[in-house]
Amino acid sequence: MSAVFAIIRRDLLLAMRRKSEVLTALFFFIIVVSLFPLGIGPEPALLRKIAPGILWVAALLATMLGLARLFAPDHADGTLEQMVLSPTPLGLLIAGKIAAHWITTGLPLVLLAPVLGIQFDLDSGAQGILVVSLLLGTPLLSLIGAIGAALTLGLRGGGVLLSLLVLPLYVPTLIFGAGAVEAYISGTGAGGHLSLLAALLVLGGFFAPWATTAALRIALE
Amino acid sequence: MLSATSLSCVRGERHLFDGLDLAVGPGEWLHVQGENGAGKTSLLRILSSLSPPAAGEILWRGQPIKTLGEDYRREMLFLGHHGAVKEELTPLENLTLAAQLDGTSLSEADAMKALARFGLRGREDLPVRFLSAGQKRRVLLARLAVRQATLWILDEPFTALDVKAVDMLSGLIVEHVTGGGIAILTSHQSILLPNGKVLVL
Repeated sequence: MSAVFAIIRRDLLLAMRRKSEVLTALFFFIIVVSLFPLGIGPEPALLRKIAPGILWVAALLATMLGLARLFAPDHADGTLEQMVLSPTPLGLLIAGKIAAHWITTGLPLVLLAPVLGIQFDLDSGAQGILVVSLLLGTPLLSLIGAIGAALTLGLRGGGVLLSLLVLPLYVPTLIFGAGAVEAYISGTGAGGHLSLLAALLVLGGFFAPWATTAALRIALE
Repeated sequence: MLSATSLSCVRGERHLFDGLDLAVGPGEWLHVQGENGAGKTSLLRILSSLSPPAAGEILWRGQPIKTLGEDYRREMLFLGHHGAVKEELTPLENLTLAAQLDGTSLSEADAMKALARFGLRGREDLPVRFLSAGQKRRVLLARLAVRQATLWILDEPFTALDVKAVDMLSGLIVEHVTGGGIAILTSHQSILLPNGKVLVL
């Protein structure tokens, strides 16, 4: 297990040294979300209606930004080979890398979302549901994204392919995540959507590291 | 004891080698030689279990490495062409994190000692990207001094090293081999170390 924490610590340390990558995704999220109220104008009813969708789509695209760099640097400098040769199972190390990816890209989005929600006139209840849905959904985005990043590793023009591969797989997360907030606002309760999102997260947490590992082994051979 | 029987390696349509046999015992080292593209790196990757051979079997202490899995990986250290050294981290961080990745812990004092041995004293806390190519190589090779492994598989370990570092590395390999270890390495230079075997691809 100590190797898993070492991987998380190393990736967080690297993210601290290469701040621009983390900050790019974060500012992308802030700017995209802030453009909509400016473009649409001050219509609280309309803004409230589109808020969950916009926040979720922006979070999804912001997560996509750094995805191509999830394994590429490790592949280029031979770290991935050393991970394969480590006595610790590769699946666990990959799970550690995915966790670090979420901490650096997903978690800041979760923390920022309520602040950005104010622009859309969301009340505190809806803000709370938004945070919970992002808390459940963003790890899932990292998990699914890792599979795509591993499959496109070392391909020329992998970035575009990665988007084509991963974005359709993000659709269920988007539907249930944004749906939870919409359901709360319309008064039907967000419980069902959040439960389904949590179920998807459990499923993804179990299968995604395994699928990513299999894809990485193919890329390395 | 590492042995391999009738190994073959196929890259695309090309057969790099067929029916290759080799055996290296404790206290011996193997020098793999061959022209560029002869399959030296491919052979080392196969021996380190990074890629599977097209045919043949590799035995470690009489058991196939495929079934040994992590027991084999724990006793083996592979250093490839690429550094596996992170440019943004310092030599000290690189070394301790690599040790933790191997499932062992490395005290800061031991890491400092290994880096000092490779002439990196005073540069422990400088990000690796500020070091020269040879110094980067030294950071990587410092792992040899701290990692407890019986089998060393080194791909071109002497590249980019100056005369002093070559001597240091040779000394380390001799020390390892006389202590009952095994080393397999590729190099275009001729290496004058005792107990060597030569394999020409």
